[in-house]
This record gives sequence, structure tokens and C-alpha cells, in this order.
Amino acid sequence: MASVFEYAPAPESRSVVDIAPSYGLFIDGEFTDAADGKVFKTVSPSSEEVLAEVAQAGAADVDRAVKAARKAFEKWSALPGSERAKYLFRIARIIQERSRELAVLETLDNGKPIKETRDADLPLVAAHFFYYAGWADKLDHAGYGANPRPLGVAGQVIPWNFPLLMLAWKIAPALATGNTVVLKPAETTPLSALFFADICRQAGLPKGVVNILTGYGDAGAALVEHPDVNKVAFTGSTAVGKKIARHVAGTDKKVTLELGGKGANIVFDDAPVDQAVEGIVTGIFFNQGQVCCAGSRLLVQESIHDELLHSLKRRLSTLRLGDPLDKNTDIGAINSAEQLARITALADTGEAEGAERWSPACELPSSGYWFAPTLFTNVTQAHIVARDEIFGPVLSVLTFRTPDEAVAKANNSQYGLSAGIWTEKGSRILAVANKLRAGVVWANTFNKFDPTSPFGGYKESGFGREGGRHGLEAYLDV
Amino acid sequence: MPTTLTAFADVTTSDSALRRFLHGLPGVDAVGLEARAASLGTRSIKTTAKAYAIDLAISMIDLTTLEGADTPGKVRALSAKAVNPDPTDRTTPMTAAVCVYPDMVATAKAALNGADVKVASVATAFPAGRAALPVKLADTRDAVAAGADEIDMVIDRGAFLAGRYLDTYELIKSVKEACVRPDGSAARLKVIFETGELSTYDNIRRASWIGMLAGADFIKTSTGKVGVNATPANTLLMLEAVRDFKEQTGIQIGVKPAGGIRTTKDAIKFLVLVNETVGEDWLSNHWFRFGASSLLNDLLMQRQKLSTGRYSGPDYVTVD
Amino acid sequence: MSETTTRLNVFKTYKLYVGGKFPRSESGRVYEVSDSKGNWLANAPLASRKDARDAVVAARKAFGGWAGATAYNRGQILYRIAEMLEGRREQFVREVGEAEGLSKSKAAAVVDAAIDRWVWYAGWTDKIGQVVGAANPVAGPFFNLSTPEPTGVVTVVAPQDSSFLGLVSVIAPVIATGNTAVVIASEESPLPALSLGEVLATSDLPGGVVNILSGKAAEMGPHLASHQDVNAIDLAGADAALAKELEIAAADNLKRVLRPQPVDDWTADPGTSRMTAFLETKTVWHPTGSLGASGSSY
Repeated sequence: MASVFEYAPAPESRSVVDIAPSYGLFIDGEFTDAADGKVFKTVSPSSEEVLAEVAQAGAADVDRAVKAARKAFEKWSALPGSERAKYLFRIARIIQERSRELAVLETLDNGKPIKETRDADLPLVAAHFFYYAGWADKLDHAGYGANPRPLGVAGQVIPWNFPLLMLAWKIAPALATGNTVVLKPAETTPLSALFFADICRQAGLPKGVVNILTGYGDAGAALVEHPDVNKVAFTGSTAVGKKIARHVAGTDKKVTLELGGKGANIVFDDAPVDQAVEGIVTGIFFNQGQVCCAGSRLLVQESIHDELLHSLKRRLSTLRLGDPLDKNTDIGAINSAEQLARITALADTGEAEGAERWSPACELPSSGYWFAPTLFTNVTQAHIVARDEIFGPVLSVLTFRTPDEAVAKANNSQYGLSAGIWTEKGSRILAVANKLRAGVVWANTFNKFDPTSPFGGYKESGFGREGGRHGLEAYLDV
Repeated sequence: MPTTLTAFADVTTSDSALRRFLHGLPGVDAVGLEARAASLGTRSIKTTAKAYAIDLAISMIDLTTLEGADTPGKVRALSAKAVNPDPTDRTTPMTAAVCVYPDMVATAKAALNGADVKVASVATAFPAGRAALPVKLADTRDAVAAGADEIDMVIDRGAFLAGRYLDTYELIKSVKEACVRPDGSAARLKVIFETGELSTYDNIRRASWIGMLAGADFIKTSTGKVGVNATPANTLLMLEAVRDFKEQTGIQIGVKPAGGIRTTKDAIKFLVLVNETVGEDWLSNHWFRFGASSLLNDLLMQRQKLSTGRYSGPDYVTVD
Repeated sequence: MSETTTRLNVFKTYKLYVGGKFPRSESGRVYEVSDSKGNWLANAPLASRKDARDAVVAARKAFGGWAGATAYNRGQILYRIAEMLEGRREQFVREVGEAEGLSKSKAAAVVDAAIDRWVWYAGWTDKIGQVVGAANPVAGPFFNLSTPEPTGVVTVVAPQDSSFLGLVSVIAPVIATGNTAVVIASEESPLPALSLGEVLATSDLPGGVVNILSGKAAEMGPHLASHQDVNAIDLAGADAALAKELEIAAADNLKRVLRPQPVDDWTADPGTSRMTAFLETKTVWHPTGSLGASGSSY
């Protein structure tokens, strides 16, 4: 949108982060090459620039890391909780100190806007470690009986959409409860986990307590299937989640899965409209819609459909897409060519199915992976864009007539991770929230997260909760 | 696009009709509103954009003195500053207006000596608005007769909070009529809600609609005389109101945050709110103003920094 | 000539309990149930996958009402089950004795423990939410509340050995929390379970909340484990091989799976884990801070 008040570029400085040309796996406190010497490149999705070469873990490396974690477990789990707490507090503090560096790094490797890494990801990462640090010496009071025991070695596999935040969600409760971990970040976003390894060294964390294996899905599968792993924690697609659930059948491995979603964002005719529009935008365009709990289905009461869509389109026209390092960028790059292809294909399906497609006038950069914010109207429950998780900046708009119908449509999904409700009527919020089959319900807000607040899904969105007192259970033998 | 109020003609036919209308406006979620305002506050305005914004902000200032101790000397000094904010740099724009009490209008008018700086006068028993209607109207007519280009009136918050919406509406209409000069032209009317006293955002939205329906040319947050004056959130809310009003009637209304805006950083945040909420149609001093006094010197120091590369200090701007 | 005629007693036809009714198996099949010494006791329905399917439909239909009932109401009904059982105590002592080869006094102790277990869970219905729910102190102007909610329709493979106390110990926590259940009774000793259905039917428990099937877990289990409208499965009575098979099938729609755990003593304090296994945590956020634009200092 050309304006007389054109913002000059305001890029965050890259100089706060020093990316080495190559990185090894972090096993037993040391950076090391993969056993078979394999490496892969990680690129910046906004420019396709190669950022670094990282070691590609294979089964042998997984075994080595699990052994290191097992060896470290005995002492780590025997430490007084108060001592474990202090390590975690140290980590939280170092993350705060290095948060600008990590925010820039995350933006480079992931493609999301610096505004988000700086104002959302990093503050939440530090807060998560700070929160669970405090639990380490209070587990007797957590409601799981006296002296609850850790499980052992946790194998953790995380996605690329919130690389460091998902790491925090996995590692902080695991360490607080006395487990040791082997964590595999996603292949497109390995760097922040490797920087975290360095933070563990700065914090003096005992060797082997945290091991980081960069690599592909095969390494993740080897980790999940490793016989000496006691706990599997996975965040990612529902398809992989189901595979994991089958793999662990008949074992003693405890599993938590945080999977896909197709969140319904329900706007009633008495909604606070301007805030609802913001909530819709936050719901689907935060992190380019690459969020499992995204409000990707807008359910709007038919009586205000036209008015709301008008406001929404007007608002979308002000979104600023471009250089993720620019502090004024609202919409960054899609994480990978593969993800871009998937979003593109699903959006094309929506068009082919007869839904009406709209995007604001928006120039896409010539290199990198980009997708314009997109709306589909005239969508029905039968459309694929209303059922499948797109994991991109694509919003499907459906209508409803009555609260009953809103709830029925919202729940009509194999997923059950998140939902939104917009109405000024308190009793309606409570009634609708009560009926929604979703693990997180945001009423008159959306996409809010906090370490004290349990997060996780119903139905095929997975099981187990991360965050809060509830999040401890996943890592305790209870 | 419609350009009349006919769509809303029946809204002001009775107290109950007006109440139904105002209470039927969409509610405002306070946290969401404040979060949006804060998020726009994180925009990073640098280099050329900053230079543009600083000049725009200077040109939007209603340079204000509203003290019991105001004297002709003070008002003359203020007027001189409005016309020539930075004696060291004649490219500095003039402010939009000077804003004074009614009895100082003539002094200001004379001091400005025909410069393109408006004289705005508060009126209607500013700031409390606690006077009888004839007094308020006389106050307004006095200021207009003395040469005021603009009238900054206060609504009767007591009437509004007591639910007498139609009285509030009628007051504004009456003042609007009092703004008309013998030649048929009229002073532009700014309606001050004193948002800090209305307290809730729902009230601010309702007051905005009363003001717009009654013929305000500007809606203005505050008098600067209470604890909470202009904030990014209440200004954002009022910008949303004028945006919605224009979409529904074709009539454009200005917005003036006043009180508490003291730094360049603050002013730029408000300009970002304007830019991203109502867009460039409002990015001129005909449609957006800052009610401020000390803000000007901070803008001037920042302007000097941009042009010289050095940080400036208070000794290099004038104190009036 | 003198003859003494003993009165011929009336046998009971044991039937399934599905949707509040007592159907025979749609397959028309029955199987012989013997006591611990091998003496024939009765024929029990050999329920089929279609009976299992019908039971899921009934359980789903009952779910909304049962989950939506007040916790107090659910507690009253669970207590009513205990009352009804107390009245039929002698019948269950006999059936449990025959099924498990227990002396009358030992069987009585088992039945008493089972009745007491209903009482225990009756008291839990309106407390579990307070124990496992939370008001979360998030760092922002938001009211943030986590509450447990029932998972949905739960398939329960009841314990094979403990035909009554074990059975009650796995059903009660499932329904106390608002889930509905499709229960596969102990294959060899299904009669106490089928009789329990008669108690449930007269305890104000809405039809479909508990559905009891007799037959082979290995036959019905896979269909229930893979059923897309079942939300969870308790494998208490499945052997290791069946448990693994069912857990794999359950992954199709990511059912919550409670793996079989060795239970030495069903009379021991059960804790809360059988309830929490079939509870979802829902977290609701809502903004606070509408006191006014000018804020408040309390």
C-alpha cells in the first residue's frame, strides 16, 4: 500500500549473531561430527542464502547420544532439585542476556519476522525455563505424590515453526523433573538448538544432560524407536504422531504428542469487532500461519459476514510482508520450499473446489519462499481448505446462523487443539467454551501463550499437556 | 458512498432511540484494543520516514497554553513560537494552531498577524463544563467573535455518565450553531470528551458517535487537566470511530489527542496509529492534531539531530 | 408312595447391556460359562463386532448428556449404584464366588469392596475438577483457567481375573469423570458384569453411559480399538500381545491408551490415575482489565 507516510527500511542488525560455517552434533557436552560424516545445509528461507552446514545425525549418533544421556541420568536425577533448579535459572538468564542474538538467529533460520522472535518467541523461551526451574525443588507439592521420579532419557523431536520455543517446552520440564534429553530439531531450523547447546555449556550443565542431534526424519525415528529411550515427546504433524503412537505400542515408553489443528475462530454478531479483526489476523497470520493452533477456520455469524469481511480485508491490506529482519515486517517468509509447495497446492485446491480466493495487493520478494496472506470465502465444511491443516497464511471463511451451529461446525473436525470465541456476552463465552472440543480456547483473544498455562489437544491433535503444573506429568513416572 | 447523515436521522429523535443506537455499537475489548495500540507502537520509524513524521507532527500541533496565569505576554510568545518554531532553521514548519482561553483569542490573533496558524479557543466552561447552557454558548460566541478559527468545547460528562445522551448531543449541536459567524462561515468545532473521566472504552466509542452525529469537525480526547489524557489506545479507538463514520456517511471527521504527548517517540507512535488505521486521508493538520506544548521542543531537538547528526539539547530550542 | 418335589428354580438368561436395554447378541451366538471347577453356570451372549458397534453408538449418544450433567448429579447416581448393589449383595456374593472360586466370606469381602468403590468414586465426581484443574497465573491481563473434561467414549477391556471388583474399579473412574463406556467383560467370568448391567439399569444411570458386552476381547477389541468414534481405550484386561495389537490400532485416531498394569490387590487405594487417564485439560483464556481506560488502583 503506497502511502505518503512510507516507512524507511529498519532492519535489525545481523552483526549481533555470529554464525559459524559448520556445526557438529552436541553429544555428551561436545560438538562432534556425525559418525558417517554426513552434513546438510541450512538456508535462510527469506533469501535462500546458505547459513551454515550442520552434521546430519544417523542411527549410530542417536545411539551415542542416548548412551550419553543414560550415563548422565544417574547423577542428574540424583541431584537435589534445588541444584537442578539453579542450572535452569542460569539457562533462563543466559537466554535473556543473549535474546537479541537468538532472535536474529531464529529469524534468519526460520524466516519469521524479527518482531515475533523478539517480542514473542524469545521472551516466552526465557519465561518457560524460569517457570520450570522453580518446579525442580517443589515436585513433592505438584500433586503427583511424594518424591515423584523422573522417567529417564527423553527423546524429543520438535518442529521448525517455533524452533527455540518448542525446545524450551520440551527441555525445561524434562530437566526440572530430573530427566536427561536427546533432542532433534527440525532439519530446516537446526541453528537455534545448537546455540542452545552453547548456552548449556555456558551454564555449566553437566555433560550428557542435554544432547542435540541435528538431522532429518530418519534420525527422529531412530530416536523415538531407540529401546533405551523412556519418554517420547513429539511436536509435529498428525501423520508422524500416529506413526510414533504405533511404534511405542507394547513398550513402556511414555508419550506426549502435540500435533496438527484446524482451529475454529468463532465470531458472533455481538463481538467487539475491531478486536475480533485483530484476533483473526493474529490467529491466522502470526508466524505466517505456520502454527498448529492457528485459527485457520473463521466461523462468522452470517448476519455480520459482509461487514466483518470488509473490515478484515481492509486490515489485511495494511500487513507488511517482506524482509523478516525489518522491524516493521508483519509477514515473513514461509519456512521452506517444501512447505511453500504444500501451501500452494492446498490453496489451489480451494480455488478448484470453488471457494473464492482473495489476497491484498502485495509484492512478493523475488528470492526466498513467500506466500501472500490469503482468504477463502464461500467455504463450506465439505471443502478441503476447511478440513485439512494448511499450515500457512490461508484463512477459510465459513458462516453459521446460531450458537449451536457454530459449536457443531467448530467441533466437526478430527482435530481439537484450539478455538476462538468473540462475543461481548459473557454467558455465551462460557457456554460455547464448555462445548468446544479443543484443548485451548481463546475468548476475545487469540494465540496467547504462557509457561503457566497448559497447552495441548483433544482428539487427533494429540495428547498430554505442555506448560503449567500439568506439563510436569509428561516427565514423571506417575 | 453516502455523504449525509440521513441514514442516522432517526437515531437522534429521542433519548431512547439514541440510547438504543449507542448501546448497539460493537463493544470494545480493552485488552485487545490496548494490545493493538501497543503493537503499532513497536513500529520502527527511521531516517527519511522519521524526518517526514517529525515535520508532519510539528505541523499538526495545537500549541497550547491553558493556565490561570496566562498573560498577553505569554500568549504572544507562544504565537511567535507557533509561527517560527526553530529560529535556527526556517525550513521548520509552522504549527497548526495556538490554543488558548477565549479571553486570549484576540491577543493571539493579533500576535499571529495573518500567519497561517489558526487560533483555537477552548470554550463551554472549559475544562469542567459545569455551567449553564447560555453561559457555554456565550463563551463560544465570545471566542468566535474575537476571531477564533476553531473552538475546543467540552462535553458535559456528568450528563453523559448520567445517561442523558440526547442532552449531550443537543449541547454539541447548540455549540456548533454558536460557531457560525455573521457571514455564515463557521469556526471548526472540536469536541472534547475528557476520556479519562468517561473511563471505559465503550463510553469513548459512544461519545465519539454522539459527537460525530452532532456535527463535530474534530473529536478530541482530553482537556489535559485530568490524570489520564491522550493514550494510544483511546486515540486508536477514536480513529476507528471516524473511520467507521466516514465509511457509513462519507463525512470525514478529524481527531485530536491532547495531553501527555511529550516526546517525538510518542508523537510518531500516534502518527503510525493514524497511518495504519485511517491512512493518508487523515495525515494532514486539517484532520489530525496534537494538543501539546512541550512536545514541540522535543520534536525540534530531534529535527536538529537529523539535520546535523548531533544530539541537541534544551539550550538550542526556545523556551517560551 | 411318597415323593418329595423340589422346586425347579428359574434360570436367568444373561443378556448384554447396551443403550439401557438388554439385547441378545445380534449374532445369535452364546457361549458356555462355567464356574472355577468347570461346572456349567449359564450361557452368555457371545457378542460380535456389530454389538460392539451398536454399543459405541449408544455410548456416543449418551455422552453429551452425561458429560453435561452436573458433577453433583453424577455423584448421586454413582452413589445410587452402590445402594442398588447393596440390596443385591447376596446375588453378587454368589456370582462372584462361583466365578472366581472364592469362599462365601471371601466373595462377600470382594463385593463389599466393590460397593465401597462406587461410594469412593461417587465422592470424586465433584472434586476431581478442583484437584486437577488450575487457575493459571499468566503474565498478562488474562483470566486463565484449566479444567478437566471427559475424553469421550472409552472402550474398557475389563480385567480377566477380578470379574467384579476389578470390573467396577475400571468402570467407575471412567464414568465418574463424565465419559461413557463400552465394556468388554471378563471373557471367562462375564456373569457378574452382566448382572451389574441390571443394577445400572435401575440406578438412574442414563442408558448408554455404560454398555456391557460379553465375549472375546480378541474378537471385539480390534474393532473397538480402531473405531474412529471411540476416544480412548483401557487395556486393563488385555494380555501383552492383544494390548500391543490394540494400542497399534488405537493410533489410527490417536486414542488415549491406558496400558495394562499389573494389579496385585484390587482393594488397594486406586488413586486418581484411572480418572486422569481419561480426562482432557481444556484451558480457557479471557482478557481482564475492562475496569476502564483510566485503570484502577483497587
